[in-house]
Amino acid sequence: MEKFTVHTGRAVPLRYSNVDTDQIIPAVYLKRVSRDGFEDGLFAAWRANDPGFVLNRPEYKEGTVLIAGPDFGTGSSREHAVWALQNYGFKAVLAPRFADIFRGNSLKGGLLTVVLPQQVIERLWEMVEADPATEVTVDLEAREVRAGGITEPFELDDYTRWRLMEGLDDIGLTLRHTDAITEFEKHRKPWLPVTQ
Amino acid sequence: MARTMAEKVWEEHVVRRAEGEPDLLYIDLHLVHEVTSPQAFEGLRLAGRTLRRPDLTIATEDHNVPTENILLPIADPVSRTQIETLRKNASDFGVRLHPMGDIDQGVVHVIGPQLGLTQPGMTVVCGDSHTSTHGAFGALAFGIGTSQVEHVMATQTLPMAPFKTMAVNVTGTLRPGVTSKDIILAVIAKIGTGGGQGYVIEYRGEAIRSLSMEARMTVCNMSIEAGARAGMIAPDQTTFDYLEGRPHAPKGELWDRAVEHWKSLATDEGAEFDHEVFLDADELSPFVTWGTNPGQGAPLDSAVPDPASFEDDTDRAAAEKALAYMDLAPGTPLREVRVDTVFVGSCTNGRIEDLRAAAEVIRGRRVAEGVRMMIVPGSMRVKEQAAAEGLDQVFREAGAEWREAGCSMCLGMNPDTLKPGERSASTSNRNFEGRQGKGGRTHLVSPLVAAATAVRGTLSSPADL
Repeated sequence: MEKFTVHTGRAVPLRYSNVDTDQIIPAVYLKRVSRDGFEDGLFAAWRANDPGFVLNRPEYKEGTVLIAGPDFGTGSSREHAVWALQNYGFKAVLAPRFADIFRGNSLKGGLLTVVLPQQVIERLWEMVEADPATEVTVDLEAREVRAGGITEPFELDDYTRWRLMEGLDDIGLTLRHTDAITEFEKHRKPWLPVTQ
Repeated sequence: MARTMAEKVWEEHVVRRAEGEPDLLYIDLHLVHEVTSPQAFEGLRLAGRTLRRPDLTIATEDHNVPTENILLPIADPVSRTQIETLRKNASDFGVRLHPMGDIDQGVVHVIGPQLGLTQPGMTVVCGDSHTSTHGAFGALAFGIGTSQVEHVMATQTLPMAPFKTMAVNVTGTLRPGVTSKDIILAVIAKIGTGGGQGYVIEYRGEAIRSLSMEARMTVCNMSIEAGARAGMIAPDQTTFDYLEGRPHAPKGELWDRAVEHWKSLATDEGAEFDHEVFLDADELSPFVTWGTNPGQGAPLDSAVPDPASFEDDTDRAAAEKALAYMDLAPGTPLREVRVDTVFVGSCTNGRIEDLRAAAEVIRGRRVAEGVRMMIVPGSMRVKEQAAAEGLDQVFREAGAEWREAGCSMCLGMNPDTLKPGERSASTSNRNFEGRQGKGGRTHLVSPLVAAATAVRGTLSSPADL
């Protein structure tokens, strides 16, 4: 996984709440068996049907920070939603609330999801809409977002922050504790089912 | 100290706890399907890792499979590749697989309980958000992404961030014609699609206790639609009666020991939840959704709401956007909303009791002119059971289509989709824009409402017939 410390880039204001995983990437795009190439499915219906949709507007073409309304990523557990955003070029998503599974997936895969108060999101939307060239900095080291006159701290637990900054994958970390897993397995309840 | 059921199950599975790190939890059962697993298997291969516990893993084909002509090659080459990839992966890594055509094939959340693999007190995961279904047995069951699927394959554990606890207390008694689907739709409408974020919900109260196992699964299934990590119901005699004698349920002396342990899992008297919600079952009536998220629901007796009636700016904007997509005018009585398609199936309502309920309503009646009704059993065993009871005949005689098992129109990954602008009454779990096909419009309903709607052609309950 790529290390994440500080990212600065243009932003895309997505003024919708409850952007569910079926909007981020519709199910028909989930049939591939690879981890890349999902950018064509990102917000596919909105991009196809709405010429005014933010990603169809040239002023937001270079955006790498998505700023969305509350409950972003509700719905399915498809990690393809994270891959689609990353494949398209997004490095971070800012929103007042995220669905749990989506948030977990994003932080596993190195897409930084940042929770900010609704009023800060509103100010960022206004700022970016007024000047699409506005640069937004997402600083994981300092745990703050900076743009124009705004400096807003955000919360992320120390462990996840460390893992993202080091670019470590969880599996390698867990495999350091194989002995503990083996020990645990000796004491599992005897009636627990096996599949074979 | 008095503990909740979720806390007890969590504690029993902690492999490792360290200051400043998430708990490492042991996973008792890993359910696998074709859509969220290929990249995980590939990750194992690339890292030269093995699958630690094939004997705690089971795979099926469900999301992508056609529900007609299943013995022919799959027409869509991309779908076919995904299914073939799962078959190769299962074979390479020694995972038991129930492929299309197998009597134990079906929707992953239908076959786990059916085989007796889902038991109280277990941790169950799957790369599918509706894994919360298994919480109906008092298991801690949650949906995971593909990175976590790979993690479980490699280690049989998951590092998990702490959760909060929420009690949803449903008091009173459901009136005839009101079902567990109506309970959960009402809960989601009440707390919203984000109301459960960070929580494990425990459903409690006499209305929950009186539900069958299958009805409880419907409730827990849609916990994720309220944003919750998981939903649980304490195991009781209903749970034990359902499990006893199933292929993977404990037997003999182990059964007795298991039951004794399972009885100890219920939330202790005096345990505190971080949040409590109350609902009166006596006041519930059949519920349907009018919008494009599962929280946008209302009693069938009511009308499409006016977005102006929402106080919150975000809710108002969401309602306006939803009504534009759904092509509904505020004030329209929900009973006057005309549908093109009725879908009965999915991990929410594709079990035998759901098919029986729908069949009872449709028996001796006809599907309305111009309406397509599709019945998709949740598993091949459900299909077989339904056929043994003659339900397939009831549906066919009414003019409905009788299909093979799979996720089907719940998410439209296979050929079962709505066309742009078409409207469905669906017993599934999500009414998102385009969920059942690009441009399709979905109203979530119970099996009883689905069947009555098929007969009248507009959203209806059996009482309207």
